Amino acid sequence: MDSLVPLFVIIPLGIAFIIPLIWQVTRGVFRFLPGAGMLAMAVLAFFMLFNLGGESIVYKVGGWEPVNNIPIGIHLVADPLSLMMLIIVNMIGLFAALFSIPYIDKYTGENYYYSLFSLMVAGMNGVVLTGDLFNMFVFLEVSVIASYSLVAFGSSRDELEASFKYQVLGGIASLMILFALAMTYWYTGTVNIADASEIIRSGTGTGTAIFIQLFLLTGFGLKAAMIPFHAWLPDAHSSAPSPVSAMLSGVLIKAIGAYAILRLFFSMFSLSIEIGYILIILSVLSMILGGILASGQWDYKRLLAYSSISQMGYVIMAAGIAMVVLVRGQDAGIAALAMAGGLFHMFNHSIIKGLLFLNAGAVEYATGTRNLKELGGLASVLPITSATSLGATFSIAGIPPFNGFFSKLIIIIAAVQARLYLLALIAVIMSIVTLAYFMKVQRHIFLDKVKSARFAKVREVPWLMSLPMVVMAIMCLVMSIMIIPGVRDTFLMDAVNALLSIK
Amino acid sequence: MIPYMLCFVLFLVGLYGVLTRKNIIKIIIGLCIMEYSLYIFLAMTGYIEGGSAPIIDPSKPAGLVVDPLPQAFVLTAIVIGLATTALLLAIAIRLYKKYKTFDIDRINTLKG
Repeated sequence: MDSLVPLFVIIPLGIAFIIPLIWQVTRGVFRFLPGAGMLAMAVLAFFMLFNLGGESIVYKVGGWEPVNNIPIGIHLVADPLSLMMLIIVNMIGLFAALFSIPYIDKYTGENYYYSLFSLMVAGMNGVVLTGDLFNMFVFLEVSVIASYSLVAFGSSRDELEASFKYQVLGGIASLMILFALAMTYWYTGTVNIADASEIIRSGTGTGTAIFIQLFLLTGFGLKAAMIPFHAWLPDAHSSAPSPVSAMLSGVLIKAIGAYAILRLFFSMFSLSIEIGYILIILSVLSMILGGILASGQWDYKRLLAYSSISQMGYVIMAAGIAMVVLVRGQDAGIAALAMAGGLFHMFNHSIIKGLLFLNAGAVEYATGTRNLKELGGLASVLPITSATSLGATFSIAGIPPFNGFFSKLIIIIAAVQARLYLLALIAVIMSIVTLAYFMKVQRHIFLDKVKSARFAKVREVPWLMSLPMVVMAIMCLVMSIMIIPGVRDTFLMDAVNALLSIK
Repeated sequence: MIPYMLCFVLFLVGLYGVLTRKNIIKIIIGLCIMEYSLYIFLAMTGYIEGGSAPIIDPSKPAGLVVDPLPQAFVLTAIVIGLATTALLLAIAIRLYKKYKTFDIDRINTLKG
């Protein structure tokens, strides 16, 4: 099984470079190639997750064995958390790639679109698999450079401006991360995460470690669009083509933002109460301000983008609660519960927000606008889009049988058990705000009456666009089974244990 | 200590450029300056006083050598920086074609 690990990087990288080469030969078939590759990788990740049984495997690239227990060369580590992230990345990637086939038809240079799309997935798969800090930086750059150009893909005024803003802020974030990496190397003499963690945890330089952590938090916070660092996200996510927005909001900010924060702060550094409180403060700011800013938007995709900031606040808040609980020496079970809620919400949010952005794309594809004030009464002409959007709305707002309810409930229970009552209260209130602004979307787009005569001849989108939406809407409901004990243990708790190293 | 200070000053010069300039090209140059200061910092982390190049010659005894790993990092980071800069400049050219200006105050259809 070891030799299967690099396939997660090789397959999308191979697809990315094959497509422009042989596009002219049989263009129809190769549109399905990225989707097929991602389906294969998602299945492979599922297969590995069930066969590993909570263990992790280390693949040494190039066969460089450790010398005197000092790792040399790059290690790829597939543990339950990485595999869970791989499933998210490739599953949402599959749906977005299928949705792209009709959607991207109107653009020129489709081959470059699929190529960049695969490159972005290759980068994200690399980031979640790698056990080496510098390699993480390289893969991170691969995926963000591909995403910069995908945001600008339509090369209209908005897209170019959004992409430029995204690139400048993303560039500063990458430099912060590179600086933190240089400091880590200077301090520990290694860039292997497992090796560096031993040195940092046995060392005495707490000040240095906190200094590095602050730079990492700024860098990855910019990538994850936590509130003081969020300026690029609403522009980039709303201007990009819709399947790309689904990937950016659904997966990219999680794989290179939240995942990196969780992995480095919990597995590499020693936990500290200060970082825990910083995480909580940033996340509460993100939740509240993201929610309030989303309520005031009249552009469908901008609203969704601000909502992403708000929902990612829940994930980071869960991580902050877990860290504070562990440092205070309270019951480790509460920390595990909080972290399980956070990871579950991350998983749910990628499905929900991916679905919502695909809905926005379908509405834009059918009507040519995404302004809430112009739209209305689409429920009768776009039945599939409308129904799936309603499912996603219930799910993200936390209406009981849907998955979003359970993940938010777990986070709130953990906050109460950790005696952080204020956080629980804020989480409940922001959940209601979420319901409010999504009801606004439902009312102005799908319900209401038709405001313009030009929407009279609107048709439902092609089946390749509706199929991913239907599957994702079903998953919104079905993912609730993750709280059933047997399923939870293989899928969720293994990932939590891998992160918190509780046995 | 002085080289580290100068390196930090260079970083701040770049950051100042990114934050205060209105011209897109000058912002890109500011980002590049920040990048270069980090490359220098990375190279300095591997420097050892009195060390020579890390090339092993069987005929001579291995003396004190500098750490080659950060140099490999810097080379990789330069290649990545090249890609980022090229993409930024490509976007800048497209922006100029659309707006006929490099002034970011006049490129403001989006509200942040």
